[in-house]
Amino acid sequence: MSEMVRSIDYSTELESGSHWSLKLRRGSVMRLSDLGGDANVGMLFYNSENLLERYNAPDTLKCQHTFKLSRGNCLYSDMGRIFASIVDDSLGWHETVSGNSHAEHVEATWGARDYQNDHNRWKQNGHDAFLVELAKYGLGPADLAANLNWFSKVGVSEEGTMQLDTSARDEGHHVTLRFEMDTLVLLHTCPHPLDKSPDYPQSKVRIELGQAAPIAKDDYCMHYRPENERGFQNNDLYHIGLGV
Amino acid sequence: MLITSKLEAENAICRETVDAGDYYIGIVKAGETFRILDLEGNQAADTLFFNANNPTERYSAVDTIREQGNVYLTTGSQLRSNENNIMLEIVADTCGRHDTLGGACATESNTVRYDLDKRCMHACRDSWMLAIAENPEYGVSKRDISHNINFFMNVPITPEGGLTFEDGISAPGKYVELRATMDVIVLISNCPQLNNPCNGYNPTPVEYLVWSAA
Repeated sequence: MSEMVRSIDYSTELESGSHWSLKLRRGSVMRLSDLGGDANVGMLFYNSENLLERYNAPDTLKCQHTFKLSRGNCLYSDMGRIFASIVDDSLGWHETVSGNSHAEHVEATWGARDYQNDHNRWKQNGHDAFLVELAKYGLGPADLAANLNWFSKVGVSEEGTMQLDTSARDEGHHVTLRFEMDTLVLLHTCPHPLDKSPDYPQSKVRIELGQAAPIAKDDYCMHYRPENERGFQNNDLYHIGLGV
Repeated sequence: MLITSKLEAENAICRETVDAGDYYIGIVKAGETFRILDLEGNQAADTLFFNANNPTERYSAVDTIREQGNVYLTTGSQLRSNENNIMLEIVADTCGRHDTLGGACATESNTVRYDLDKRCMHACRDSWMLAIAENPEYGVSKRDISHNINFFMNVPITPEGGLTFEDGISAPGKYVELRATMDVIVLISNCPQLNNPCNGYNPTPVEYLVWSAA
């Protein structure tokens, strides 16, 4: 376990094609593990105090001059604040530009979603999974931003061609997030939209929740880039305003 | 792909110059074509599109690049919505490559990218906020303001996973032209950014032109 994690207090496993949401306080950690080797976890963040503030993929990428996300990277809102930082990562490349599978992608690749026959093995798609979770908070399609796709590496050629690179996939890969402000987390375990595996992926995902160690002066994520130091200062200002 | 247009400016039904730091908002009907012309070169036009009949349906960068399998936009790119429907198609382009990953500048992200003291410098997202506040008849709110296109901006992605803002590849007189496949609200912020080379540190005007359906 990373020295940046103080405790793991809860553990659960989600089947593929599932969705979930929960509010995580500042100082919480969430560790995701791919238990089968072909998982994808779609994720979105919202400020639970102001749902109009949400995860912003372009700001996250350009603020850190990166296309891929891994240990050290921070995940920014549209208000210049950091929802979460990546404190541990065994894979080295997660993506945030491919969006979600839609019903028509899943149907074209693996057949239609069919609860009547398949029950909870139905072939859920990421877009609809997010719409379900959004609606629970009074949110809708307008609130659906470009999401994260954990455990999915999408590379880009010199000419701009995108490709899902499955070569590094393996059972046991894990990534750990530390939340830097109170955050509503929406997630699904539906297949990546560029996944063309012969069968609908079946990997379970373990989700562990716990508490982070206090942030040290030499914190890896805070100092990973000078921009992140300023992002943490924006969070400090936000918490001064909240009086916490 | 570099494709020039056969449309003549004198036949346009709308011609408007948008200064740097200003916005344009208006509707283009299905079948109509519009052009954004980089008058002095190296400018960035931060642009959003909404279905004029249901603004909850809007341009989606992720759906657009995933369906075309390429992160850059040029002639032939079909611009998709968050419902994965085709909203517009790029029909002419004399610049060759446009960005849709870098997003728009904001006063808040400027503090992160450059300096905490840059908080009050003008930015694209503030132009959009003013546009939706001054034009409520379009039915667009902050919830609808999302991940845009940066016409004329050069944001190369490297095979190693890097992303950089490079000097623009546009030049005076270069343009991009799009044909609408549904009635769309066009919302442009002509970028006021003074801190990076996306517009050569010198924001300049663009011209917006619309032609009737052929």
